[in-house]
Amino acid sequence: MRSKLTVWLMMGTMAICCAALPEADSAETAPGRKMAQQAAQSTTKWTTTDHSKLDVLNKKFESGQEITEACLSCHSEAAGQIRETIHWTWLSPYDDGGETGKAGYSVNNFCVSANKMEDKKCNSCHIGWNGKEDGINCLLCHGSKNVQWAAEFKDYHFFKEMGDTEIADEIQKTIQEGVKSVALPGRQNCGNCHFYGGGGEAVKHGDLDASLIKPQKTLDVHMGLDAQDFRCTRCHSTTNHQIAGRVYSTPASVDRKSLVEHDLAPKIMCESCHTAKPHTSGHKANDHTDKVACQSCHIPQFARAHATKMWWDWSKAGRLKDGNPYQEKGAYDRAVYKSIKGEFRWEKNVTPEYYWYNGSINTLTAKDTIDPTNPVRVSWPVGSRQDENARIFPFKVHRGKQPYDKVNNQLVAALLSETLDGYWKTFDWDDAITRGHEIMGLPWSGELGFVETRYVYPTTHMVAPKESVVNCGQCHRRQDSRLTNLSGFYMPARDQYRLLDMGGWGLVLAALAGVMLHGLGRIFTNGRKKED
Amino acid sequence: MTGNLQTIYLYSRYERLWHWLQMALIAILLITGFEVHGQYSLLGFHRAVTVHNFLGITWLIAFAFFFFWLFTTGEWKQYIPTTRKLFAVMKYYSYGIFRGQPHPVPKRKEAKHNPLQRLTYLGVAAVLLPLQMLTGFLYWSYNSWEAWGLGFMNLGAISLIHTALAFAILTFIVIHVYMTTTGHSLFAHIKAMITGWEDVDERATIEAWEKKPSASNPQKGFPDVF
Repeated sequence: MRSKLTVWLMMGTMAICCAALPEADSAETAPGRKMAQQAAQSTTKWTTTDHSKLDVLNKKFESGQEITEACLSCHSEAAGQIRETIHWTWLSPYDDGGETGKAGYSVNNFCVSANKMEDKKCNSCHIGWNGKEDGINCLLCHGSKNVQWAAEFKDYHFFKEMGDTEIADEIQKTIQEGVKSVALPGRQNCGNCHFYGGGGEAVKHGDLDASLIKPQKTLDVHMGLDAQDFRCTRCHSTTNHQIAGRVYSTPASVDRKSLVEHDLAPKIMCESCHTAKPHTSGHKANDHTDKVACQSCHIPQFARAHATKMWWDWSKAGRLKDGNPYQEKGAYDRAVYKSIKGEFRWEKNVTPEYYWYNGSINTLTAKDTIDPTNPVRVSWPVGSRQDENARIFPFKVHRGKQPYDKVNNQLVAALLSETLDGYWKTFDWDDAITRGHEIMGLPWSGELGFVETRYVYPTTHMVAPKESVVNCGQCHRRQDSRLTNLSGFYMPARDQYRLLDMGGWGLVLAALAGVMLHGLGRIFTNGRKKED
Repeated sequence: MTGNLQTIYLYSRYERLWHWLQMALIAILLITGFEVHGQYSLLGFHRAVTVHNFLGITWLIAFAFFFFWLFTTGEWKQYIPTTRKLFAVMKYYSYGIFRGQPHPVPKRKEAKHNPLQRLTYLGVAAVLLPLQMLTGFLYWSYNSWEAWGLGFMNLGAISLIHTALAFAILTFIVIHVYMTTTGHSLFAHIKAMITGWEDVDERATIEAWEKKPSASNPQKGFPDVF
């Protein structure tokens, strides 16, 4: 009776304990999600102007500049604003000397440099009609029709001069339709450059490619057509044409304000809408937001739709077949070798690498001295465990080998374009570097070497649905932890005190062995006693 | 030894409940704790942490009840250390037990623990467990350290102490469980901790109320604490 009662009491207590165990995946909506949905409740855009009815746009356009002039006849301040932006200058706004940025001396480990915008091929992504020379092409961002402007104008003038007015008028009609399609920037406008950085789709970014034009929620919970259906500008908010979200060396993202607290936060981050404690109360993830970026858990892999380039070896470039350049395709239908560029590796569903990051990235310039005995960090995230603004953040790290000057120990910026008789036409490194460095006013010893380098991209787009979030155990584990490379702090499960664990288990085993020997002793001596 | 036994009511209902509750809690805390420490993968890190944290807090509450019980009933006196007969007990376990000699300190209601047990249990209940509770609580409240002015503390150090104590507790359990088999039969002590009734040497002084009720000795209730 009594023992039964005790057992029941015990079982009852345990049952109460178990019932009260907090559920990890509560049905309750996470407050951060609710806040974000409130913040993003979109109002339909409305306007008092129908651009297609404006006289100034209903005329023949002989050149790009004429279109720009038409735009500026009303939008008088736009050009002044644009010329201040990174989109126009290609220079870091935080560097007065004009050294850093695409139009400066900054280098990467893709096509290395734009040679101060003299390598015209790179300018296809500049927002001017012809680099910085012939004015701004407003329609690259504000036209909803995808028009190949340079080609259309070239053809228009060709047929006009030929006297073929019928075809010329036809082309002029295409141009005019393009002009009248004025709209707020859409995914295609941004994507035309940002999805194709590095000379092809998903070459540079693992989290930005054309799959974001019409993504599913499984790929991107914000941009998914079946999810929030955000366009890029929903988060990349704009003031005076300055678009938020560009990463440069300074300043760090110290402004971790939430929209909920302050609706004028200049840089929209996850926290802006989701708050700093977005998970259900009591969820351990809320305690992590001070040190772990949302992206670290919510973007388990990048390049989830299309493969991205992970390796580019320039040292293999220049092989020819029968005197001609060639290319070879590999997995994902992407080139694995091109005579003009070298050897590539592509990867899909890549697990990011994690680093401390305060929102700032440092990049080498062609003027910096490197140490070629080790892989060179061409760009790297700034931050450390001690930096209170830094958090653990996921990165795509693009590795490769690129040319450098063995005497000066500097990365070199060869001129590449065929049209300028660059390396892609001549396959002559010395000539291409000599001319590239002449343009940039940089020294070149003539001693060519190739050095292994790495370049980082913060992974922030393509946020996955919560079902595929990185679970605790993928970082909190002894072997193959996602955070193996980060040190300077104690992390449960990943870290151990080898001596303590060995000593501890040793003690337990010794106790086991001791009691077993004692027990055996009892069995043995009791047996002998019976014989007495 | 057999044949000269009498049965006394040694462990009250609350003591037994606390003992087995504590056993269950410690077992699960050890299993989940060593998983959180990355020794193996069983429940998965997340669930192990959730269970460990929850049971840790449960333990704190349960221990508060034990503390209350200990001092309201005066049972804390059972833990007063003594060196009297300590050597005799040590000699018994290392020699006498193999010769079939009787235990030098038989259990009695007012002295449930022999000198060796007193010393061990005092160490466990007054040092080991409180330290484990303290380090466990600090570990759990890691994110509040800054706010509490404890920012100077180091999680690695807290974890080190907490883990070291866990090994000590596990070692204690190994020996403790083995010691339960040293009664007059293998399961005698375990049975006593379940039913409350312990067979003790007849030489022990037994009060009338301690005796098991029988037809000749009818009894209505027991002087349980609760």
